[in-house]
Amino acid sequence: MQMLSFLVRRILLAIPTLIGVAVVTFFLIRVVPGDPVVVKLRADGAPISEATIQAERKRLGLDKPIYEQFVDYMVGLARLDLGRSLWTGQPVADEIATRFPVSFQVAIMATLIALLIAIPLGILSAVYRDTWVDYVVRIVAVSGLAIPSFWLGMLIIMALLATFNWLPKIGYVSIFQDPVANLSALIFPALAVGYRYAAVATRMMRSALLEVLREDYIRTARAKGVYRQLVVRRHALRNALLPVVTVVGLEFAFLIGGLVVTEQVFNLNGIGKLFVDATTRGDFTLIQGLVLLIAVIFIVVNIVVDVLYGMLDPRIRLS
Amino acid sequence: MRTALRGILLAATAAAVAAMPAAAQTPKRGGILNFAIVAEPPTLDCHATTTFATIHPVAPAYNGLLRFRGDVNKKLEIVGDLAKSWEMSPDGLTWTFKLHDNVKFHDGSPMTSADVKASYERIVNPPAGVVSARKALHEEIKTIETPDATTVVFRLSEPNASMINNFASPFNCIYSAKKLAENPKYPDTEVFGTGPFMFGEHIKGSHYSGKRFDGYFEAGKPYLDGYKVFYVKSNAVVPGMQGGQFDAEFRGRTPKEREQLVEAMKDKVMVMEGPWTTGLLLIFNTKKKPFDDVRVRRALTMAIDRWNGSTALSKISMLKFVGGFTRTGSEWALPEEELLKLPGYSRDPNKAREEARRLLKEAGVENLKIRLVNRNVAEPYTPMGIYVVDQWRRIGVETDHQQLETKLYFDAQKEGNFDATIEFIADYVDDPSLQFQKLLTSKKSSISLAGHEDAILDDLFDKQSRTVDPAERRKLAHEFEKRVIDQAYAGMLYWWQRIVVLNSKIKGWELHAAHFTGQDLSNVWLDQ
Repeated sequence: MQMLSFLVRRILLAIPTLIGVAVVTFFLIRVVPGDPVVVKLRADGAPISEATIQAERKRLGLDKPIYEQFVDYMVGLARLDLGRSLWTGQPVADEIATRFPVSFQVAIMATLIALLIAIPLGILSAVYRDTWVDYVVRIVAVSGLAIPSFWLGMLIIMALLATFNWLPKIGYVSIFQDPVANLSALIFPALAVGYRYAAVATRMMRSALLEVLREDYIRTARAKGVYRQLVVRRHALRNALLPVVTVVGLEFAFLIGGLVVTEQVFNLNGIGKLFVDATTRGDFTLIQGLVLLIAVIFIVVNIVVDVLYGMLDPRIRLS
Repeated sequence: MRTALRGILLAATAAAVAAMPAAAQTPKRGGILNFAIVAEPPTLDCHATTTFATIHPVAPAYNGLLRFRGDVNKKLEIVGDLAKSWEMSPDGLTWTFKLHDNVKFHDGSPMTSADVKASYERIVNPPAGVVSARKALHEEIKTIETPDATTVVFRLSEPNASMINNFASPFNCIYSAKKLAENPKYPDTEVFGTGPFMFGEHIKGSHYSGKRFDGYFEAGKPYLDGYKVFYVKSNAVVPGMQGGQFDAEFRGRTPKEREQLVEAMKDKVMVMEGPWTTGLLLIFNTKKKPFDDVRVRRALTMAIDRWNGSTALSKISMLKFVGGFTRTGSEWALPEEELLKLPGYSRDPNKAREEARRLLKEAGVENLKIRLVNRNVAEPYTPMGIYVVDQWRRIGVETDHQQLETKLYFDAQKEGNFDATIEFIADYVDDPSLQFQKLLTSKKSSISLAGHEDAILDDLFDKQSRTVDPAERRKLAHEFEKRVIDQAYAGMLYWWQRIVVLNSKIKGWELHAAHFTGQDLSNVWLDQ
């Protein structure tokens, strides 16, 4: 019951946030110069008449005054209608829906990879602090932070070409339809992104665990003769996971829309690539939809992180 | 480098050897052709678009009245597509087409003259909510008559010398009259025509596929079972081909990419090269001082050594052919001996630069600094911009080279916020009426950028556009070009080279001068 009221309160609070995001995005985008219709019809060099440009502008509703466009947009939002893409003329929701599964799956896979690497390495690094184990883990982590994901992605592609003269098939196939094709296409970008992500989480895991290991209750447990592994697993880890959960949550939310270059390197038809294309083309409505989507993802992830906090630490749940 | 060149030679030889017997070889049936497109289609409607990104995936699903066939290095010609025969009246005001009587739409329903009429009426007078990108090019079409199911008669209000090209345009797809009557917007989202391939699947941003239409009116065609088009970024083409993700990209690659592919894939690829109906030109803003002075404009165009630049630039970029405003090598091109007499085409760069300096001095212009607006597309706009900057530096002109994102570039041009700008020509056919559009005055053309006033020029354009006799038209077109070059409102820089690298197993594909045509895939087969 307590949890339900918490969720309802957070969801209600999200509404004004999203309205704010929608208003700010709507006006900010329109400050940027450039006519999307001209880009659409003239970018390939065809001698298109001004009358045709005006006809297309009218068809897309861009001939209306800004305030009218704004009212139309907000009324549409109230009906959960994100409008139509200025580039394709198709509903923004459809444009996003096609790309969302790709980015979402890569984000999940990268998160799993990051957690599988970060938690054990972070623990080892903290427990064996200032030993060769710690040094190796730190080198791995610092390398992960230093190497941009897209560059690692390019290295992976070059390695695949040089070694096997092969690249995974392009085009997204659902994991439920063909798991092998799906995983062979997405595992490499997930690895490229997951490595950097793992580096961030490893550093966080190490420092959080080191801090917890200095606490009195840990010393007491050790003084009572409890095995180090048991102390770490039962008493320290749970408390050290709180900042890691925060970092993982934020990184996950970022990955959904932030894989801009990595998606281009691996030819993934995801949200990041769509974002870049929409911006290059000046597709206002699509940009608005994407910004809103990312805002929603951050809100949802924050709620999930808060719920996880409660699960990990009962004191937070009670407060 | 030497290895790469040897590889290119090997591949070119392989291509030549492969191409020779291809005509004699019996095409094999079956297989899926996978190819890439370096852009995404904004719509699937041929009439509403201007981009090859729509044409490459959907052209195999449609037919036009006429089409282009041949090879740019041998002979490109207009042949019948849905039209079995056609004729223009001597006054150029009536075009009569006899259609094939066995053409079917993809649902098996017959295609008749009513479908041609409905499609062209949609282009000439688009209904509400439909955009016809080329309406202005067809405005002379007064009426369309259909005396019987296989005859269409177009009556024009005045002759239009480009009309035959319009009838062969890959953008003038023939749609179903019945479906248009139900929903005039259907081609925007639904691909339904009479072409050799039917719609398969379209996943936005990812791919498009087509499958063989067994009821196609040309007996025995198409040969392929289907095709799949992948939308990729340009830098993904080389690794994608190398990694076997697709077998070709038909728009065109750079010399460097050609070398990379040939070196990596050896005789598994073949290279087809030729001139391209795409080029870059320089336009001066004649509304701004000192560019309102013809001497300054002439000096600036004369300073550019086009001939020697071509040799160097063609090795690193798509830029290659020196010519006027109609494509080098095309039937409309200004002959070289004519070009050499015009400012900017001297074979002696030192002499030309000396004259350029003299002209600037005579015009009282010293320490000239130019804002050159360019597009931030690396290939070939960046090398072009850098070359121009270097050439102007040699006559003491300083350049502020601004490469702007496409929408800001168009904005700067529209607002006249430039001294000089690098513009582009990209058309589906060599046609003066299309290629001169950006050179006209703003009274005549809404895409004019130079801001000049020149009634003689507009008059020459009108005359050539109405002259249906090719020899007479060529003369008028040459006069037009010579006037633009002499007055230096604009200067042609280079026409591009089209380099297509494709898997050696692909047969029957023709290299056209335009990347918009030759994509119906009805003759393409896989030797595997």
